[in-house]
Amino acid sequence: MMRRIFKIIEERFFYGLMLASTAFLVALLLFIVLIILYKGLPSLSWEMVSQTPKGGYYFGREGGLLNAIIGSLYLATGAVVIGLFISLPLSLAMNVYFRNNKKLVNAIRFVLDLLWGIPSIVYGAFGFTIMIYLGIKTSLLAGIITVSIFILPIMVRAMDEIMKQVPLTLLESAFSLGSTNTEVAFKVVARQCFPGIVTGVLLAFGRGIGDVAAVLFTTGYTDNIPTSLMDQTATLPLAVFFQLGSPIPEVQSRAYAAALILTVIILLISVVTRFLSRRYYKTSIK
Amino acid sequence: MYLKARKIKDRISGGWVQLVLVFVFVLPLGILASLLYKSWLIMQTTGIGDLLFSSVWRPLAGEFGFFPFIISSIWVTILGLLITAPICLFTAIYLTYYGSNRLSVFMRPVIDILAGIPSVIYGVWGVLIIIPFTGRFLAPLFGYESTGFSIMAGGLVLAIMLIPFILNILIEIFRTVPVEQYEASLSLGATQWESIKHVVVRRSFPGIVSAFALGLSRAFGETIAVLMVVGNVVGVPENLFQPGYPLPALIANNYGEMLSIPMFDSALMFAALILLVVVVFFNLLSRFVIIYLEKRQ
Amino acid sequence: MNQPIISIKNLNLYFGKQHVLKNVNIEIPQNKVTVILGPSGCGKTSLLKTMNRLVDLHENVKISGQVFLDNEDILKDNVDITRIRKKMGLLSQKPSPLPMTIFNNVAYGMRINGIKRKRKLRPLVQKHLIEANLWDEVKDRMNDPASRLSIGQQQRLCLARGLAVNPEIILADEPTSALDPLSSTIIEKQFVELKRDYTIVLVTHVLRQARRIADYIVFMYLGEVIEQGPANEFFENPREEKTKAYLKGAFN
Ligand SMILES: Nc1ncnc2c1ncn2[C@@H]1O[C@H](COP(=O)(O)OP(=O)(O)OP(=O)(O)O)[C@@H](O)[C@H]1O
Ligand SMILES: [Mg+2]
Repeated sequence: MMRRIFKIIEERFFYGLMLASTAFLVALLLFIVLIILYKGLPSLSWEMVSQTPKGGYYFGREGGLLNAIIGSLYLATGAVVIGLFISLPLSLAMNVYFRNNKKLVNAIRFVLDLLWGIPSIVYGAFGFTIMIYLGIKTSLLAGIITVSIFILPIMVRAMDEIMKQVPLTLLESAFSLGSTNTEVAFKVVARQCFPGIVTGVLLAFGRGIGDVAAVLFTTGYTDNIPTSLMDQTATLPLAVFFQLGSPIPEVQSRAYAAALILTVIILLISVVTRFLSRRYYKTSIK
Repeated sequence: MYLKARKIKDRISGGWVQLVLVFVFVLPLGILASLLYKSWLIMQTTGIGDLLFSSVWRPLAGEFGFFPFIISSIWVTILGLLITAPICLFTAIYLTYYGSNRLSVFMRPVIDILAGIPSVIYGVWGVLIIIPFTGRFLAPLFGYESTGFSIMAGGLVLAIMLIPFILNILIEIFRTVPVEQYEASLSLGATQWESIKHVVVRRSFPGIVSAFALGLSRAFGETIAVLMVVGNVVGVPENLFQPGYPLPALIANNYGEMLSIPMFDSALMFAALILLVVVVFFNLLSRFVIIYLEKRQ
Repeated sequence: MNQPIISIKNLNLYFGKQHVLKNVNIEIPQNKVTVILGPSGCGKTSLLKTMNRLVDLHENVKISGQVFLDNEDILKDNVDITRIRKKMGLLSQKPSPLPMTIFNNVAYGMRINGIKRKRKLRPLVQKHLIEANLWDEVKDRMNDPASRLSIGQQQRLCLARGLAVNPEIILADEPTSALDPLSSTIIEKQFVELKRDYTIVLVTHVLRQARRIADYIVFMYLGEVIEQGPANEFFENPREEKTKAYLKGAFN
């Protein structure tokens, strides 16, 4: 009898803990988003998103974050485009070209897992050494290259996940029609997995746009909107990071505005991704 | 003619695919080589032992002892992992074994969004919430005085950032436990919790260990969010409420002066090398734990 | 016929909108082998899982009716489910040894129920392994992981594990369908042995197996019980058309 009571208490206790930690997670997300909103909304204005910093900006005078917003978009877009040129062939290599060579495919997955685990600051340091080695200055280009390397494993993983699910019979029937590897890869698999590829791209875009550590070394920071790949550029996370460190409240509050803009971008990406993958799972055959 | 064009297309894209393959295998080696190459100088002049275990950090005098940074990194990482572990385990179990399908559907985006929030945002939030919480509440609670910028704050922010990362892996792992085993345990008269404790957790043990190893390696390299709340004061912290200065923060804070002080760039690349080695080590470890323990089961 | 150990009254089971068990009435005699027959998807597994309330794990389940075990309605909300489940050992289609050693698999249920000492456990484990006709094969490797046993041995281990909590009833859901003929025969023989001390409810697709060991038969079709009765009557003089068709192999 005692034992039974003890068991019931134990069961209830852990049930309570489990419930609490699940609730905590939801509360946490709300809490983070609400705090960012609460701090960011008051300092968010049309000026913030439509102007670059003007003279005296860093002492609290006028100007906005347009340089960082545009810079971030350039950076993430560039990185994703380059990333696509590497990640798409790579995932196709694993699932079409070399699908019969299990050893090679496993080796690729292994290397990608390794790369996936490497922290972005190490990519930043690596990008920096390459930059020095090639004699490039800090620039949008250097940032794009570094970020593209950093998001590569993220993109491949997302695409590989989807391509793995392409039924073997589909591949076989395509091959038996006399298609070349390339045709099967790009006309059949890539097309079938298009929403998955988009998901991977969006995911990587989100990662790329939010990361500081990889670009800290490589993009520099400027108040101007970059006009060429060789210009330095500001990014949103860097804007948050630098301005939060300022002792001037007006500047700090702009950090919050930048944080809010960044959060909104990330949330938007998340919503779009969700929408796409929902549609995808509805239409694809399981 | 048409056939030939197709063949050529196949050649070209096949060639690109091969090039990309080579690139992927060369990349990790390239990263390792470049960091080794850059930090070679300081390893030669100071010696690895001194670098790792000396606490004297005077870049201008050419003295680089990484011990304070390494210790800070270890503290923050372990603390973060300890705080996050129970939350992740309980939530993962709840979602797989107790919660309804509807709850899972609801929680999916919650976890995904938490995972997608950039670390600089966690940093801002940490400065706004965790810092005062640690400084005004936690530290006095344990009888310390603290500005809030401390190892503890770093650990807390890290813990929160790790939740979605580890949770996702754990849910995946619990999903693979066969229902039959769980049902078998229940039909022997075990309660739900007992079945989870003795069967589910036990069966997924290798997976759990490897999830935490992956979390650890993620935590060790996390830069900006931790940097923003940890205080960044060089020195071996004596308690959790003192500021610390983890390795990634060291690199991120000093890239500006890197080229103006002799050997400094080499020293920072050495720090990056330590990060790389530790992170790769734990990644490999998590892999082997799974393979080894699963063989034994 | 002696007093039934389980009697099911007007049982209805819904998975969401799907009506899986339709007004089921069954009386299961004590110390006999009751075989539940029926084509795939007719609700046999669901019936077993209702009896030990594993259906509780599923979402959107609606149950009405009563299942009496020892004159207690086990579908009531306030019954202690773990006690009910302990009275019924479950043997599933695919053997499901727990992720631990052979010894611990058998000891698991006893430990859960409070027997903790190794000294006490050891003879009990042995006893139940003998009951399941597995002892001779595993006595030297009690500390091996259970997953290293052959499938047939695993299934007998699961039987021993179930017996170890002293159930009154053994619910077996196609326990031999994953086994080779030899292992199947061993299990079958064991059931005949065991019915002295236990009541056995067996789901099977194999008509010959049912003929060999059944004392009582329940025939189900699309969630309904079509016919039930003593085995020889059922096979010699089936009353319903559907039963006749089934015995001729029309549904397989
Ligand atoms: N968890 C569930 N959710 C929804 N429907 C279910 C679930 N489990 C079973 N069903 C449905 O209930 C019906 C009966 O299933 P059950 O598994 O009891 O059949 P069965 O007689 O055991 O079949 P088989 O001989 O193939 O094992 C089936 O139509 C099945 O699709
Ligand atoms: Mg069944």
